[in-house]
Order: sequence, then C-alpha cells, then structure tokens
Amino acid sequence: MSKMLHTVNKSPFEHSALETCLRYARQGSSVLLIEDAVYAAARDTAVAQAVQEALKRVQLYALAPDVEARGMQNRVLDGVRLVDYEGFVDLVVEHNAVQAWL
Amino acid sequence: MEEEAGAGGKVKKFLYVNRKAPYGTIYALESLEVVLIGAAFEQDVSLAFIGDGVYQLTKGQDTKALGVKNFSPAFRALDDYDVNKLYVDEASLRARGLSAEDLLVPVEVVSTERMAEIMEGQDVVLSF
Repeated sequence: MSKMLHTVNKSPFEHSALETCLRYARQGSSVLLIEDAVYAAARDTAVAQAVQEALKRVQLYALAPDVEARGMQNRVLDGVRLVDYEGFVDLVVEHNAVQAWL
Repeated sequence: MEEEAGAGGKVKKFLYVNRKAPYGTIYALESLEVVLIGAAFEQDVSLAFIGDGVYQLTKGQDTKALGVKNFSPAFRALDDYDVNKLYVDEASLRARGLSAEDLLVPVEVVSTERMAEIMEGQDVVLSF
C-alpha cells in the first residue's frame, strides 16, 4: 500500500486547501503544513477541532522555520510534529508520492 | 503641489486595510512600506487588521531559520511617525485563538460594526 505525503501552504482561514486535503488524505498518510498553512497547527483556533479530528487518521507535521517566523512556536497543538528542512526532505524520501495542495 | 499637507494643504484620512498574514505573501510588508511613506507626508493614518491580517502583529516572530527579514519590530516604530491608530477586528482575533496580549503593540480591538464605521469615515482606503 503506497503512503502519500500531502503538503498544504495556504492559511486555513482564507482557503479551502487544508479542508480539501484532509478530506482526501487516507488513513496512515502524512500531511505537512508549510508557509501560511502552519497557522492550522495552532491551538484554540476556529479550525483546531477539525485538525485534531484529522490527527486520529493522519500524521500531521509543520515546518518549524515557518512556525517560528509567524510566532506560533508556543501554540502548536499536541500531536503535530515539527520538522526542519532536513526533516522535510526525509518525509519526501519516506513517502511514495507527494501531493501539493496549492 | 498645492495639496501638500506640510505646505498647509488638506490633510486626508488614510486607512490601510490589512487582510494577509505575513511572510506567505508580500502584501503585509508592502503595506507597511506604504504606511511609512504616507506617514512621512503627514497624513492622518489609520491601520485596520482583519482576518489573517491580525497575524502581522503577533509577538514572538522569529525568521532566523526561514531566512527572510522579520519586519514585525517595525510596527513598534509606527508611533514615532505618529501612526498610532491601529484597529484590530475582535472576531478575527477570537477565531485565531488570539487576544490583544498576544500582539506586539497597543491596539484598539473593535467590533465589526465599529470597524465599518471607521472605514466610512476615511478619505482614502488602501487594501492589502
């Protein structure tokens, strides 16, 4: 069974990319939040519940440099793993395919 | 130019409406640049932060690893240019789990109704 890495780079408050991605991401796949999508990894937001729901099925990652740039480093939801650029590369290597939800 | 404020011309009310998060796009930085230019012409400047625009003001922004300029400290310098009317939409803050304490600078947190009123009172509205 092939494992997929999904990447999302748009704010969940301005775009439907994350919502659509989570609708298609299958059990056991991974979702990496980058650029403005890292806001989806924050606690106590209007989308936090949907993200926590998704964590039951998929592993969520957020790119640390993007999280830190936006000042969200102390607000990341439990269960969302932070990765650096090397970790991003590792994820790409570990998965069979990458789907970028632009 | 007869419209120059410094030469006794009419001072206009400028509102800059910020609706984009920082770094993901260039809008936030460009807005700040234009705000500073407007302030240098001694106009009556106000800033509105709506939707993801409220993220421009969050504390703790650290762009070292990202490798781009952290422009958030510049918001603290706005007061030196007599730009001190910063309005932040309350509902936008709440939807993002934020409050005024999470922001870099003193702001006035306003309702949508009040923000609409502020918008109507302007001569020029610039959107970013």
